[in-house]
Amino acid sequence: MRYAETGYNLEIDLSRGNIERVETDPRLTELHLGGLGTNAKILWDRVPPEIEPFSPDNLLIFSTGLLCGTPAPGANRTIVSSFSPQTQLMAYSMMGGFFAPELKYAGYDKVIIRGRSPKLVYLWINNDKVEIRDASHLQGKGALETAELIRQELKEPKAQVAAIGLAGEHKVYFASIEHMMRSASRLGLGAVMGDKGLKAIAVRGTKDINVARPEEFIGLCNEILKYIEWRREKPIKGVPPILATLGSPQEMAVKDENWHTTSFSWGNARQRRPDFWKPEIEKRWEEVQDKSVERLISCYNCPMRCGGIIRHPELDRYMMKCYSKLTYIMAAMADDLAFGFKIVGRAQEYGVDGFTTPQVMAFAVELYEAGILTDQDMPGFPSNNEERFFYLLEKIVRREGIGDVLANGVYWAARQIGKGAEAYDHNTTKRHEQMVIKLGMLNPLYYLMYGTGEKLNITQIEGQIPQAPLPEDVREEFVRDWIQVPRANEKEFKEFILKWEPRGEYAFPFYPPIDVICKLVEWQETMHYIDDVTGVCAGLSSFPIKPPYHINNYPHIISAATGLDIDEAELWKIAKRNRNLVRVNNIRRGLKRKDERPPEDHWKKRFPEYEAKLQDEYYKFKGWNSEGVPTKETLNQLGLDYVGEDLERRGIL
Amino acid sequence: MLAKIWNGEGFYKMEKKKKKVKVIKIDVEKCNGCRACEVICSAFHANPKYSSNNPGRSRIRVHFDPLRNIYVPVLASHYTPAECAGRNTYILDQVEHDECSFCGASCPSRELFKEPDSSLPLKCDMCEDDPPQEKPLCVQWCIDDALTYEEREEEVEEEVKLDEMEIGLESLVERYGLQKVIDTVVRMSKKS
Repeated sequence: MRYAETGYNLEIDLSRGNIERVETDPRLTELHLGGLGTNAKILWDRVPPEIEPFSPDNLLIFSTGLLCGTPAPGANRTIVSSFSPQTQLMAYSMMGGFFAPELKYAGYDKVIIRGRSPKLVYLWINNDKVEIRDASHLQGKGALETAELIRQELKEPKAQVAAIGLAGEHKVYFASIEHMMRSASRLGLGAVMGDKGLKAIAVRGTKDINVARPEEFIGLCNEILKYIEWRREKPIKGVPPILATLGSPQEMAVKDENWHTTSFSWGNARQRRPDFWKPEIEKRWEEVQDKSVERLISCYNCPMRCGGIIRHPELDRYMMKCYSKLTYIMAAMADDLAFGFKIVGRAQEYGVDGFTTPQVMAFAVELYEAGILTDQDMPGFPSNNEERFFYLLEKIVRREGIGDVLANGVYWAARQIGKGAEAYDHNTTKRHEQMVIKLGMLNPLYYLMYGTGEKLNITQIEGQIPQAPLPEDVREEFVRDWIQVPRANEKEFKEFILKWEPRGEYAFPFYPPIDVICKLVEWQETMHYIDDVTGVCAGLSSFPIKPPYHINNYPHIISAATGLDIDEAELWKIAKRNRNLVRVNNIRRGLKRKDERPPEDHWKKRFPEYEAKLQDEYYKFKGWNSEGVPTKETLNQLGLDYVGEDLERRGIL
Repeated sequence: MLAKIWNGEGFYKMEKKKKKVKVIKIDVEKCNGCRACEVICSAFHANPKYSSNNPGRSRIRVHFDPLRNIYVPVLASHYTPAECAGRNTYILDQVEHDECSFCGASCPSRELFKEPDSSLPLKCDMCEDDPPQEKPLCVQWCIDDALTYEEREEEVEEEVKLDEMEIGLESLVERYGLQKVIDTVVRMSKKS
């Protein structure tokens, strides 16, 4: 019997209409655990770099995490992987919700999609019965609307649906795959789905998921829940309220937006507005939020209420979570929270990423104001900021006029537009839009994370430690019950927290020592790589400070669930294997050292020589050569000999 | 106090006794729709305990319709072979609810509260356990307090309680007739 996983994948060939249920090799679970790990392995084995993202031979994988469907709290993430039309690199975007557990209960760990359907279809997985069904009547429908129509058509209100909207159908490079309030939004996975002619996947499952050591496993789950309850009473002292709690940022509950609105940049990631959060704004925003958020809601088997049911007078109800409440408002320089609730509702139906989209639109507005884009490019372009964003949204999702260019994201659009537009592309790394934050002093940890993170989304790399030095009077208390620290690094990490100062000898960029910087970055990143195989939400694990899941309890949880005997060293090694496998997928597609740079204006104070040294040392620490390619030795140690051989054949190693 | 009870053959009298009544209070306003109650219920009732889980076997289900802001946890109650004659609706806070959304019955009109493989009815047993659980597991796992637990004393008539197998057999008898069930059991026992 297989534990935690089902041991089966669904292989769907949309070109031929073929459906197969394939038993997986348990050895791959031992090596990669599942989720992102096995996705990266499948992509490495089956999608060579010659295959374009919009090729029928590209794969689109919907994977469950290893612990999804077990009682592990918050293990509900679907890890969607493919190659991105925007970055041309491996894309892995994840979504919470209910999809992955339902897929497990239907009896599958992954759905692997290849080929391209000649007409728009959707996939209906109902336990052992799997059908490719006509979706021509769903063409042009919104993502949430599609899910509703499918449930009605199938007479199956309990079916969980992931769908694309108009943007995915039109292969917008930042089209998302939407599932209720959750979405796999980054890097254009919705466009790959659209290219395959797949409008949606609906799934319903009523089978069991087994765990290997039940009593031990449930005991560990109970501890997680108890810790969550305890942390509710104990927010972290000395950090902004939004970072003091668990979960993804509690944007639906928290009304105090002082931190986001005054620290992050507005417009095309340009200016900060330190005086924005005035009492009259606070009052107005509070009223709007009270009226708009009807209920706080959760993902599957998670007590955190990161989401909200949103009511806007001009829209049907929809669900929202996290920071997209603010992204459009700040990019549009609009001061009205109701605008945010309105445009997100519409953008979600169209299925676009709430992070990239507003940046692309702010970029277009800047080009228009600079005279690089004109009324000829944008006939009838309104003068009001909010209306401009709605105008651009409609153009982009249909690839209409200038929308056809903007639909490729800031990097590609800048180059297609020319006339100096490239200079306005100032906030991308590896062709992807980055966090809209512009700071003073170089942060050496974030320098490495922005540069080397394969996911290209800082919130899916960072975590565990405060983002700024703690006030002196809370440091001792902070390190006292810091049970999440890897034991091998306990002393140096605690010392870092105790000594770290905003200025002086113990301040960035030259403190902490580079070897500690490397270890801190690796710890943060590794916790994400572990979550990405287990399917546990980063909000309970790799993202917040002092989370319930950590390196010291994870090995026990995974072992009790699967029956594999995995200790901390082995788990770390698996995460490293997966991390390198994702990297070589990108290396093989041309990723170079020079690409691994945060946006040039991310910090005012830069130190080119020190930055080069940081990169050198970090590469060395990771077992990569000076170009950032994992060495043969590193690959062999991880049992990835076949990767080294391939890279050698291609002249990369 | 005495009451008359029909036991199938004749009336007999039985005393009313004080009984501990277990109450799960459901605050639909607080439900976040996470379905942890379904997860832990099905895990607790797995055999061996916690060895598997499957919300399809859970004895509590969240009636879930986010686009209408409806989140109602419902506990499995009785088995009934008959459908309701009508389908009534309730309007609460301007939202229209089906009567079924609040009903815990395992009935022919819906899939709810039936074992997925056998269709046998499911019923909440308040997580009876040895040693007893402090609270039913769904309540323990609802740390947002949509489900809370109370015990209170009530005077009740004593009744003969059917055990789980009897409940199952009774429903099979209702469905297929006594003779067919007997024949099947006899046939199965010969085979084994």
